[in-house]
Amino acid sequence: MTLPNPGRKPRVAVHKFSSCDGCQLALLGLGEDLLQLSTLVEFVHFAEAGPVDPGAEVDIAFVEGSIGTAADMERIREVRAKSRFLVAIGACATSGGLQALRNLAGGQAWIRAVYPRPAYVDCLATSTAVSRHVQVDFELWGCPVSSRQVTVALRALLSGVQPVEERDKVCMECKRSQMVCVMVARGLPCMGPVTRAGCGALCPGIGRDCYACYGPAENANAEALARRMEASGIPSAAVGRRFLSINSASPPFFAAGIGRMDSHD
Amino acid sequence: MEAGFLQHGRFQALLDVLHGCGYRCIGPQVRDGAIVYDALSTCRELPQGVRDLQSAGSYRLERTSGLRYFGWANGLQALKPMVFAPEETLWRVQRADDGALRFSASRPSFANLAVIGVRACDLAALALLDRHFLGTAVADPCYAARRSGMFLVAVHCSDPSGSCFCASTGDGPQASGGFDLALSELDEGFIVETGSARGADTVAGLGLEPVTASQRDAAARQIDTARARQRRGLPSRDLRAALVSNPEHPRWEQVAQRCLACGNCTSVCPTCFCHAVCDSMELDGSAGAHARIWDSCFTAGHSQIHGLTVRPDTRTRYRQWLTHKLGSWHEQFGRSGCVGCGRCISWCPAGIDITEEAAAICSGSSDG
Ligand code: SF4
Ligand code: SF4
Ligand code: SF4
Ligand code: SF4
Repeated sequence: MTLPNPGRKPRVAVHKFSSCDGCQLALLGLGEDLLQLSTLVEFVHFAEAGPVDPGAEVDIAFVEGSIGTAADMERIREVRAKSRFLVAIGACATSGGLQALRNLAGGQAWIRAVYPRPAYVDCLATSTAVSRHVQVDFELWGCPVSSRQVTVALRALLSGVQPVEERDKVCMECKRSQMVCVMVARGLPCMGPVTRAGCGALCPGIGRDCYACYGPAENANAEALARRMEASGIPSAAVGRRFLSINSASPPFFAAGIGRMDSHD
Repeated sequence: MEAGFLQHGRFQALLDVLHGCGYRCIGPQVRDGAIVYDALSTCRELPQGVRDLQSAGSYRLERTSGLRYFGWANGLQALKPMVFAPEETLWRVQRADDGALRFSASRPSFANLAVIGVRACDLAALALLDRHFLGTAVADPCYAARRSGMFLVAVHCSDPSGSCFCASTGDGPQASGGFDLALSELDEGFIVETGSARGADTVAGLGLEPVTASQRDAAARQIDTARARQRRGLPSRDLRAALVSNPEHPRWEQVAQRCLACGNCTSVCPTCFCHAVCDSMELDGSAGAHARIWDSCFTAGHSQIHGLTVRPDTRTRYRQWLTHKLGSWHEQFGRSGCVGCGRCISWCPAGIDITEEAAAICSGSSDG
């Protein structure tokens, strides 16, 4: 689906659900580009930047955060109904995020353990991706998303075309940047071979192993990477935890991780 | 042609001559635990007393007590990134005030490179890239601009790694052509051979000494040892028929269980030349650029044709890599696309070995 030209400045909303607000910084941190952006689109709802009108009809809605409460479930339907093109941004919105770790345990047990007055906390047992609740037109993965990807997607929409999905593995970016592979040269448990590109191989670039904050790439062979890590001497449960992290609820990572959590190292 | 002997302590003089001729010298150096090519100003930056331990999925460097500069096999990349850039803008477009689009080709100019320490397999791979990028009616202008003026100083291999198999492909360990200079490194210095007129000019003023018979013997012996030490190999017969006649061999599925479809093999392979194109636009839509970036037959986009991904799974992608590299490459270029450098074996995070997979499929065996 592409966005038809509305014949006026496109109206944009930035909605927040269960999240840390970090992905909105991909827009707020644009600097001069943000000024230019505000001449190209009209931000009608962007609470972190000022304008507040959550019920406004918009051409493009950016949705940050996962669906973690009954109120979220209600509100995401309203947002969908008022938005012509809906872009889910960040790990929370695309996979359920870090907070989806509660899906693995009894959510209520955590609440009782953490909060002095659990009765005030009203949340669902699970944290889920926006696409589990409403139709999503485009997803940008990452914890947080990159400013570059957000502006590229927005520019494509302004030109009336579907944004291009970056779905290759981080390894492709890593090799194009001519970095030395930390898995092959240092034996680190890099998640790059199963993780979606877009960050520019940030972690290998500073000599550490990718921890998959961009979620699974297309055709991700998570099970093969998990076995390879085990064969290199990393205990099964530690390998499982590599997959059950920021994007634990994404199907390939969940499948590779869950069976390994029964063993304890 | 043998030109003479250069004492080890005088290696810097060769770099100085090349710098003096206006070349930007590029040479092997240690970075982040591997040998990489980078700008070289003095011979002190070379990987002296270093050796590489390579095996499937593993690359480590180790200090030795030796003083040789080139006592290792190879590093992360061959010459490919220097001539076929991993990311490169091909053209730009500008929107004029009247709304018209103005296109302009991107034609940057490049410094002439002198690359030191080039291996026999690197040269064989470069000859293949030359045929691909320059051997047609319309030469690739970006490749041509980078390639022309390149001065190549080869070093015959004395220390192949555990992944090397250039002896079985016929591409090494001795460089047989395509260089300006070739060196045999001995403990006390280098036997210098010239391969071109400009190579001969470069060393004419170096005050090379005569080569002794025992130095010549030592150089020949270390090539023989380098050949004999290689443990891997591709079957020497032409594998085309066996590969293409086995599209449903169960081994394709077995390797797909282990393969991560990550594209590291094709990225480090010195002969793989596939690219994708991507466009970028200024936020206000006033200008844009069209770039090519390295692609791989392991990505979904590589086989995407008008909405259909022809090779949706790893089985068909791995099969494409092998049947192109070792099969249809013969039709395209009259030889296989593998020069036996072993990089795809060492730098595969899953430790998959192309020689094992090829042998399994071509021998009709499906176990493993
Ligand atoms: S460092 Fe990680 S991302 Fe880079 S090539 Fe190696 S496995 Fe892939
Ligand atoms: S063979 Fe190895 S390097 Fe190549 S795509 Fe498969 S896992 Fe990656
Ligand atoms: S196929 Fe592998 S061994 Fe052969 S040239 Fe390419 S990287 Fe080297
Ligand atoms: S083997 Fe794959 S990446 Fe390499 S040239 Fe052939 S199709 Fe391209």
